[in-house]
Amino acid sequence: MTIASSTQFICFIALSAAVAIGALGVVLLPNIVYSAFLLGGVFLSVAGLYLLLNASFVAAAQVLVYVGAVNVLILFAIMLVNKKENLAAIPGLALRRVLSGAVCAGLFALLLRVAFSTPWATPGPEPLGDEATIRIGEHLFSDYLLPFELASVLLLMAMIGAIVLARRDVFTTDIATGEPADQGLIEKSRTPLLLENSGPANAGLEAPLLETNP
Amino acid sequence: MVTVTAGLQASLLATTTAATTAGVVAPGLDLEASFTDLLQGLGLSPGAAHLLWLPLPMLLVLVAAVVGVLVNVWLERKISAAVQQRIGPEYAGALGILQPMADGLKLLWKEDVIPARADGLLFTLGPVLVLVPVILSWLVVPFGQHLLISNVGVGIFLWISLSSIQPIGLLMAGYASNNKYSLLGGLRAAAQSISYEIPLALAVLAVVMMSNSLSTVDIVNQQTGAGILSWNIWRQPVGFVIFWICALAECERLPFDLPEAEEELVAGYQTEYSGMKFALFYLGSYINLVLSALLVAVLYLGGWGFPLPVEWIVGLTGQPIDAPLVQVITATTGIVMTVLKAYLLVFFAILLRWTVPRVRIDQLLDLGWKFLLPIALVNLLVTAGLKLAFPAFFGG
Repeated sequence: MTIASSTQFICFIALSAAVAIGALGVVLLPNIVYSAFLLGGVFLSVAGLYLLLNASFVAAAQVLVYVGAVNVLILFAIMLVNKKENLAAIPGLALRRVLSGAVCAGLFALLLRVAFSTPWATPGPEPLGDEATIRIGEHLFSDYLLPFELASVLLLMAMIGAIVLARRDVFTTDIATGEPADQGLIEKSRTPLLLENSGPANAGLEAPLLETNP
Repeated sequence: MVTVTAGLQASLLATTTAATTAGVVAPGLDLEASFTDLLQGLGLSPGAAHLLWLPLPMLLVLVAAVVGVLVNVWLERKISAAVQQRIGPEYAGALGILQPMADGLKLLWKEDVIPARADGLLFTLGPVLVLVPVILSWLVVPFGQHLLISNVGVGIFLWISLSSIQPIGLLMAGYASNNKYSLLGGLRAAAQSISYEIPLALAVLAVVMMSNSLSTVDIVNQQTGAGILSWNIWRQPVGFVIFWICALAECERLPFDLPEAEEELVAGYQTEYSGMKFALFYLGSYINLVLSALLVAVLYLGGWGFPLPVEWIVGLTGQPIDAPLVQVITATTGIVMTVLKAYLLVFFAILLRWTVPRVRIDQLLDLGWKFLLPIALVNLLVTAGLKLAFPAFFGG
């Protein structure tokens, strides 16, 4: 075994272990912030696996899209709503866990069976290396044009949805429920910074400060 | 990954001869080939020679990055002093040149505090995650035809993707500090980083479209031929401005340093950090500034190119272009030119920091999404149109 191939083997073992253990951590850890950070680690390890397969463009795209965009957005969402609260215990939690564990074990067994029964062609086709970028571009604009365009339509839909959710003030009624929409966030006037009469108004100013400073 | 294979070299030369009409392009100094040849002459196998070569450029670039930061800190102190009509550091070494060393040593000896209610693991991992991608990005910075760690095919795209890891480290540091200012700073950093990455990538895409390659070496080679006239800044003036603004925003330099705005957030995500962990943030931000300046030089200012074509000057002296002495001189000129261009841009960044006031967060996001993004898209469209109309000038 040459130095290059043994290095590659060690890297493969390390990356695979990182993916497997990281993915288990994402699912099993109780702290959602740890799960989100571990998810980033799993994405990075998968990018490393792509790199081992000589697919450097796919690896870079994986890091850019999954780590740089998806994972950052997940973290962003978690941290914007991160409020320490004890969730009420769900009835029959043990039974639910056993059931979901059984479903996952079944899926795992199915995948293992597929992996072992498929006649894999080893060694696979010769990797393209740096020309892969050109080949991916050619495919995206010829035979994969329709999926490519559909994906962009999907993104457009997501964007319109986000705008509708963020700009509730345009509608006088809520689209989903038909009730009058709450426009409090937009039209609420600010608390003046300097209060003229130092009476009960001061107490009103201090109350929110005390709340945020436990 | 580090080897530049013969096939790649051939294709590279083919693209350069296609892109430039001036004819011969200097092959440049190939230290790796000389080094492995020397070791193989001593009786080592090619694999072992390659293995011995591998750590050398990496260590060299790491040292160069750290020395670059020291120079940068000194420049920052001296230029800020000059802007404010002070003298600045003057006792530590001649002209205060040892002041950054003193700063670094001070941080090294400071107590490393982890706040009691902080999350120790994430608190330690945060600065590391900020620094590592920045240093990894030096992989693709070329100082000459063969003077870079690795001429990877994805080149500049690798830098864009690596720089997108950084906000995770900032979020991690902000969350783990258990401090509302830190958390706000981390969130602001992530929002800013995501917003400015898009126009940045679009500006890079216009350059990539002209040079038909993502590789940084090809991008520079496409700008050789007519010296200063063939640099990308004349063909991409708008892209240059967009890229520079976005690079400053990604580095969190002053017009856009909201994540650590002192008046609002104490020091943002760095609030709880001290000692070496704070030094990692500090190092990361300055390495990032030097790296961004180097990449602006590579993308828009002709990289290692001299303002007059080197081939033309060598032709005047009557020497063959691949004579050993000529190769050493051209390679040295290339390194000096790259660093000179980069530090000129660093000078502008520092001058901007001490003259321009900070923008507000809503102005920052407005600038990114409502101004730079449409301009970058139009720039891309115009570049594509010009490329179709004048293939000789805008890369065939």
